[in-house]
Amino acid sequence: MAKLVAVIASTHHPFYYRASTAQGEDRPPFADEWVRKITAFRETLTRARPDVLVMVGSDHFHQLWLDNMPQFLVGKAPFYDANWYNEEREFGLPRMLLRGQEDLSAYLLREGLDAGFDLAYSNELRIDHSITCPIITLRPEADLPIVPIYTNIFAPPLPQPKRFVQLGRTIRQLIESWPGDQRVAVIGTGHLSLELGGPRQFGEHGPDPEFDRRAVEWIGSGDLAGCLSEVTLDSLHAPGNATHGFMDFMLMMGVAGDGAKADYVDTLDLFHTMEAYFTWYPDGVPAVGEQGTVAA
Amino acid sequence: MSRYLLNKFLYTVDRDPALVERYREDPRGTVTWWEAERANQILNCHVPEASTWLRFADVEREALASHDYVKLFELGAHPFLTLTLFIAMFERDHEPLGFQQEYARRLAHFSLPYPDIAT
Repeated sequence: MAKLVAVIASTHHPFYYRASTAQGEDRPPFADEWVRKITAFRETLTRARPDVLVMVGSDHFHQLWLDNMPQFLVGKAPFYDANWYNEEREFGLPRMLLRGQEDLSAYLLREGLDAGFDLAYSNELRIDHSITCPIITLRPEADLPIVPIYTNIFAPPLPQPKRFVQLGRTIRQLIESWPGDQRVAVIGTGHLSLELGGPRQFGEHGPDPEFDRRAVEWIGSGDLAGCLSEVTLDSLHAPGNATHGFMDFMLMMGVAGDGAKADYVDTLDLFHTMEAYFTWYPDGVPAVGEQGTVAA
Repeated sequence: MSRYLLNKFLYTVDRDPALVERYREDPRGTVTWWEAERANQILNCHVPEASTWLRFADVEREALASHDYVKLFELGAHPFLTLTLFIAMFERDHEPLGFQQEYARRLAHFSLPYPDIAT
């Protein structure tokens, strides 16, 4: 059977690409520290030596629209073009092309449907920064085949938080039952507290640092019970109007497992939002390479 | 009231570079044209198979025609769509992040719960 070699949960900050590549006067003062943290985070994936990446993200009104809105969608295509005109315009993101792992897509769809998730699918999916940001930060070579999984954290009515957790648990079970000997990493991105298009946006910190502190604790300690007891669709409005993206972190907690303490935790307090990076090694922590260490 | 149609305007303009500029330069004319020619087009269907029933409420049409993003927030237009399009149109006229921070200040009188955005 396939091996789940790494579970990674991350914020997806579309400004990283521009900040990390800017030079001279255009380079923001926080860029060097950000690059250092991303480089260390990247090593946690590299060390796991994955063959395939299952990528969990959320379309930001690019290909998925209100006339036909799926709650959970699996891409099943041989290739995925990536990034959109408005992401090039606002964030300077490059156009990308990623290979698809179509047999794993088919497996997740068939088995996921049979496990009780009425998954939508797409045979021609252009993916956006919720998936390309972690490619840029964690695997900039963009050389591994992917299975994209989109969740609706964006266009209400949304699925309940517990449904995200359940889907995460199921994704893990399915990967671990996938025939073959591939090494699979699951990478999912979401948000901590976040405000977009509202009065608390673009402040000196994220809109709710206390929520962020508690969220990092829930995720890092694998405290799914505590998280699920406090987080509801209604409660997520309070930390910021785009905080429902936190449910993708909850999905990744479901992949990692109840009580699973993250092997790697890091954060970076930026203007507008807090960055947060987590890695779990379900199959055991890989041997320490020469290029870095895992700091729990 | 049609939050869906407000969002459809913001979405279809935002993804078209020429329409972004046209809406920046001539908001009222662009809204009038769009409502007459585009509002009823189903995005993944042939033009003859358009809808027949979509139109703006007067307050919605006026909010779009006057670039009034505060009113759009009040009406429950999706904040991500409004923010993204208005950054595309007006960020260039400000210092870095200046437009985004002014945008926040102009919405400062809103408190939780924010206007409903469900469609």
